[in-house]
Amino acid sequence: MSVFTAVLARDLRLALRQSADSLTVVAFFAIATVLFPFGVGPEASVLARIAGGVVWVTALLAALLSLDRIFTVDYEDGTLDQLVLTGAPLPVVVLAKVVAHWLTTGVPLIIISPVLAVTLHLPAAGYGPLMLALLLGTPTVSLVGAVGAALVLGTRRGGVLLSLLILPLYIPVLIFGTAAIEATVTGVSAGPMLTVLAGFMVLALTLSPWATAAALRQAVE
Amino acid sequence: MHRFANPTQFMRIANAIYPWAAGLSVILFLIGLPIALITSPPDYQQSETVRIMYVHVPSAWLALMIYGIMAGGSAAFLIWRHPMANLAAKASAPMGAVFTGLALITGMLWGQPMWGTFWVWDGRLTSFLILFFLYLGYLALGDAFEDSERGDKAAAILCLVGSVNIPIIHFSVEWWNTLHQPSIVKLGGDGVKSTVDGSILLPLFLMLGAFTFYYFAVLVLRLRSELLAAKIRNARMSQVATHAAIDPAAEGRLFVDSARLPRASAE
Amino acid sequence: MDTLMNYLAMGGYAAWVWPSYGLATIGVVGVLLVSRRTLKTREREFEMLKNARRGGGQS
Repeated sequence: MSVFTAVLARDLRLALRQSADSLTVVAFFAIATVLFPFGVGPEASVLARIAGGVVWVTALLAALLSLDRIFTVDYEDGTLDQLVLTGAPLPVVVLAKVVAHWLTTGVPLIIISPVLAVTLHLPAAGYGPLMLALLLGTPTVSLVGAVGAALVLGTRRGGVLLSLLILPLYIPVLIFGTAAIEATVTGVSAGPMLTVLAGFMVLALTLSPWATAAALRQAVE
Repeated sequence: MHRFANPTQFMRIANAIYPWAAGLSVILFLIGLPIALITSPPDYQQSETVRIMYVHVPSAWLALMIYGIMAGGSAAFLIWRHPMANLAAKASAPMGAVFTGLALITGMLWGQPMWGTFWVWDGRLTSFLILFFLYLGYLALGDAFEDSERGDKAAAILCLVGSVNIPIIHFSVEWWNTLHQPSIVKLGGDGVKSTVDGSILLPLFLMLGAFTFYYFAVLVLRLRSELLAAKIRNARMSQVATHAAIDPAAEGRLFVDSARLPRASAE
Repeated sequence: MDTLMNYLAMGGYAAWVWPSYGLATIGVVGVLLVSRRTLKTREREFEMLKNARRGGGQS
């Protein structure tokens, strides 16, 4: 547990010192979302229809942009080698770093999402499920993304590669995330979709730290 | 299992399989193609387009089977450090991508006359599109490292992550599809299943066999090729080493070893 | 001749049946040819390396 809190505290401190990084991700989220009305026209009914999907897609892209931050710095300055060599339980380290990533990017995205949904005329009933779905979905996004971020360490063109590897794996989260919003707007309970999202999160929580640890181990070999 | 870990032994078996796989593939193509294209009757619903199925279904089958083989190979490589399993996965991946692409394109060519559109966001089509992206990701990652050994391990991990995700993706897409398109006209959408008829099954199985044996035959060729590539790498390295032993200065000329330079200047 | 044209027309579905078979042929034959060519180049390269090493060892 002490390893977990130590790594978490350290990553949070670093993120706080470079808070511009988190802000950039949030700004990207806002700008990308605002592009859609220009693309499809300002008609409220059209925007309301696609609002949930747009917020989810742009949130995924924003999270993707921030993923390389999880390990790249530690990989380049040798902290990662040390962590592996000292025999620290790597899945625990990974989990701590993912939690830090989620707190510094996922949470800001969730907080700003209702503001962006307003600009897209999301129906009133949709706000609760939007935030709940993001709350349950973004941890999965960070967890799955961490595997990809660890795999592309030390590659050329890592960022583009990462999106090719990870975006297909985000499709289930996207499907159930938008379905939860859509269900409530059309008057159906979002409960089942949110349950599935929670299930994805539990599954990612149990599998991703091990896969990420394996990827990190081969990266520093 | 570990018997096959030895490349020489593995290749002895693979080379023994090769003429049989290649021969059977050629024979099955020679029998299957005329039946598929000429003698088999048109389907009462799909008419002549049913002939597309005889290349579409085998391609789709190979697309899935190859990913299964790659996942098994990647697991064997990561767990038992089985080098040949990794080579088999690596050699299979481009073929998997090609057959997934073929399954998609032939599916679209069948969909246009039958569904009236090249593309529907049908569960199966969408899952195959995502499978295609997974193949592309595997190939791109395996290729992205300077050190090919690192690419191998990274790609193997990705392959396993993908195989865990494929059922989840498929289930999600199927569910999403029923949510959004509850009334899509599935005119023989199940291709084979809806019209189980001897006249269709015979060419279908012949072509399935032909494609499968083709895969194993080409896999042996590609395995030989991968092994040779490894041997060439080793030969290059030992060549550099022997040159260096004879003439230390030659090493510097052959390639600049960055780790060596600062030490040399310190001396 | 008529029966041949009739056959090639594929009951009006020629535009979908033949491209399917054409692309499948390109894919299947293409992978085979590319795989064989890579194998041949590597065999030649390996032979050259082996010969060069033998020559280099003697000198």
